[in-house]
Amino acid sequence: MSRPILQIRDLRVEYATSSGAARAVDGVTLDLAQGEFLAIVGESGCGKTTLLFAVAQLLTYPASTVGGSVLFDGVDLTALSPEELRVRRWRDISVVMQSAMNALNPTLTIGAQLADACRAHTEWDDKRIHERSVEVLSMVSIDAVHLKSFPFQLSGGMRQRAMIAMALLLEPKLVIMDEPTSALDVVAQRSLMRQVESLRRQLGFSVLFVTHDMSVVSHFSDRLAVMYAGQVVELGRTREVFDRPEHPYSKGLMEAFPSLLGAPRRLTGIAGTPPSLVNPPPGCLFAPRCAHATDECRSVLPELITNEERAVRCHLVNPVVRS
Amino acid sequence: MRFIARRLGFLLVALWAALTVNFFIPRLMPGNPAEAMMGRFRGHVNPNAIHALEVAFGVNTHQSLISAYFQYLGNTLHGNLGISLTDFPLPVSTVIMRALPWSLGLVGVSTILGFLIGTALGAIAAWRRGGVLDSVLPPVFIIISAFPYFWIGLLSIWFFALTLGWFPILGGYTETATPMWNLSFVLDILDHAVLPAFTILITSIGGWILTMRNNMITVVAEDYVKMGRAKGLKPRRILWQYAGRNALLPNLTGFAMSLGFVISGAILVEYVFNYPGVGFMLLQAVENEDYPLMQSLFLLITVAVLLAIFLSDVATAILDPRTRNSS
Amino acid sequence: MRLVRSILRVLLRGLRFLRRDKKAMAGSIILFVLLLITAFPSWFTPHDPSAEIYTPGIGLSWSHLLGTTSFGQDVFSQLMAGTRQSVLIALIVGFFCTVLSVAIGITAAYVGGLADDALALFTDVVLVIPTFPLIIVITAYVKNAGFWLMVFVLVFTGWSYGARQLRVQALSLRNRDYLLAAKARGESTWYVIGVELIPPMTSLIVANFLGAALYAVLAASGLQFVGLGNINDQSWGTMLYWAQNNEALQTGLPLWALAPGVAIAVLGSALALLNYAFDEVANPALRPVRAQRLKRVHA
Repeated sequence: MSRPILQIRDLRVEYATSSGAARAVDGVTLDLAQGEFLAIVGESGCGKTTLLFAVAQLLTYPASTVGGSVLFDGVDLTALSPEELRVRRWRDISVVMQSAMNALNPTLTIGAQLADACRAHTEWDDKRIHERSVEVLSMVSIDAVHLKSFPFQLSGGMRQRAMIAMALLLEPKLVIMDEPTSALDVVAQRSLMRQVESLRRQLGFSVLFVTHDMSVVSHFSDRLAVMYAGQVVELGRTREVFDRPEHPYSKGLMEAFPSLLGAPRRLTGIAGTPPSLVNPPPGCLFAPRCAHATDECRSVLPELITNEERAVRCHLVNPVVRS
Repeated sequence: MRFIARRLGFLLVALWAALTVNFFIPRLMPGNPAEAMMGRFRGHVNPNAIHALEVAFGVNTHQSLISAYFQYLGNTLHGNLGISLTDFPLPVSTVIMRALPWSLGLVGVSTILGFLIGTALGAIAAWRRGGVLDSVLPPVFIIISAFPYFWIGLLSIWFFALTLGWFPILGGYTETATPMWNLSFVLDILDHAVLPAFTILITSIGGWILTMRNNMITVVAEDYVKMGRAKGLKPRRILWQYAGRNALLPNLTGFAMSLGFVISGAILVEYVFNYPGVGFMLLQAVENEDYPLMQSLFLLITVAVLLAIFLSDVATAILDPRTRNSS
Repeated sequence: MRLVRSILRVLLRGLRFLRRDKKAMAGSIILFVLLLITAFPSWFTPHDPSAEIYTPGIGLSWSHLLGTTSFGQDVFSQLMAGTRQSVLIALIVGFFCTVLSVAIGITAAYVGGLADDALALFTDVVLVIPTFPLIIVITAYVKNAGFWLMVFVLVFTGWSYGARQLRVQALSLRNRDYLLAAKARGESTWYVIGVELIPPMTSLIVANFLGAALYAVLAASGLQFVGLGNINDQSWGTMLYWAQNNEALQTGLPLWALAPGVAIAVLGSALALLNYAFDEVANPALRPVRAQRLKRVHA
């Protein structure tokens, strides 16, 4: 078994707020294998995007990493100097952001923005840069004439695809995607996902994909991680987590999505609101909203325990054995 | 280039408005200043010139208001601005030409320098948020920008010229020197220009620094700057090509709008230093009740401002691809 | 009533922030002191400001804190007495400019269509024409411009900047959902403008007021300095005029020339500081940030 391309160990990120430090990522530990597609899902504010940017070392004030490590191919990214980090960017890890309209520099052409990345990390001459740019654009079915276009001249879907093309410029081992489908309609979403999937098979890169909409990844990701209040509460093979969720929160999420093919049923939500990240409750963070919470749940924080390729953070699933 | 055409159209409207205001002001003033002035002219000048002045100032009641207005517009656009009272019987246009180069040199250079340096400082200050520049510059320059231009001028005269004796007190050049294009004269000019330029620079730079800093702060938070970091670009490239380029755009518009403020300051600076530019000439014209000169100077200043605004619009069109296609 | 309450709410929130901000605190204190001097000048003038009975040309001394002018007037008392005109011009012009900018800017944005286009064009044209030369020309014809003429001219030339800013802001707010909701509820236009549109713009309006006041102080003193105001008035600008005309700097009486400038600078700074503080209330991203150093955490 080759070494996982990404090893996140007990990562903790805090936001400085006027009422104290908010723990947005609370001790996340994850492995990502080479060529694997891992999806992270959760509601708004659960820390999934923060986690993503913490892994990519792109956090800015008021967020900061306060603990843990991120090992990429064996190298601890959190221990690198800014210049050492900069040199690795885009070659090793590239990023696709949520809104391509906002993520592309409005005053530079697509070609110039592609060339930017090339020049920062390679010795390629202009001809080679041009060739490669045309190559990646064709991978996402964008005509080479758009090298001269400005972002505002492209359609929404095209911009998003251009972002993906840009992410693949230097053949990175890991592509991080932050809700790249949120701004698109369902048809464009599916088309984008299939494109990502086919490119992944072709080029073999790993994907770390964050979304609040599980249905988008349900047929594409290898594994699925469910996050709640900064913690991973469930992790396992995508189809299995989908069909047989074990954590009460995951169960609630799955119930909230009606099936297109199943019998009509009443929609259920999850009562309550996420906990304060500045003053989290003792014990399980989901306990205040959980219908099955016990006293144990409310006082002792459950560990993320792995059992046959499924990890769950719940006392009810993994009861604490008392000797 | 629909954008440029639209802006040009707007500026022409503004020019027309200024011309019209210029036409009507003397007519609306209490106690007929125009009549008094005409009295001094009569008998000394050829009839055509008298007629032009009458039209410009609405003294001759034989013409209807409308025809006088159009004749005035025609005269002005042909450069027939009347005759100066102070430098009688020279035409106003000749008199103005003497002062124009001085103002262009002093005000033009210090304003542009101020804009460039201020914008750069503001960008750097915002880039290193919480750093030395960012904490020190805003409060310091907020306060300095509230100082009257002319007082900074007085202060620098008192300190640098009178107390330290480093620079001359007044004028564009030493009065006793003969104006010739040789090195010593040029140095003399520069010597006299330092303090006024310094005054204009100090008071106007604060505005540029602060607005650029504020724009940059907003831009730096944008996703495309984060994207620049994610791509592993060199920080300098991100600062200038990603953040700076985009933050500059609203600053250019701000430059255009604050020109009026800069001009007013420049006029006062010229006055304090007796610098032989257009502003100083304007105030002297007021003192001498030389109305033709005064009004023409007002027009000249207006045209200069409008031209500068047009140039900054062109610069915006060049830098911002979105304006070239705007509907 | 609801309009008043919502404006007060926003103002209170702003005030709470200002108490924490050093710039605003400094500005407010200075302004307060100046207002005090404006209201009760006699408390602060040890001598009669216009009396020319003292020994002319003294420098710093105990009986004349800032010396005397070449006419034998006490500089310090003149300075205190001159406060009133400058402060009043700032406040009055600021007030009228703000009223005009709010009326024109916000109405234009809200009403939209042809009226908006016309008003916007008018605003921009007034904005673009250089105001100081225009003021000079106007006051040149009307010799010895009095206080109220100056107020009129300053307001006439000063409202356009604020109107433009407010119009842009109002335009961006106009299509927000909560306004459309109010309209859907059947509220009248005045209600929507007054209660829903204006209160969120309060800090911008206050910032505009302060900006206009600052403009008024600098422009008015500039006019008086070149002798276009009423040279017999008691004000900082006219002090500078007399000082300049009597070559105060060259004849060893720098205080006479510099002190009024300091006073103008002080008032101007107070207004500028408050203006900036309100800018920060309106746009929290501008607030001061402590430099963060990246924490290096090793596994």
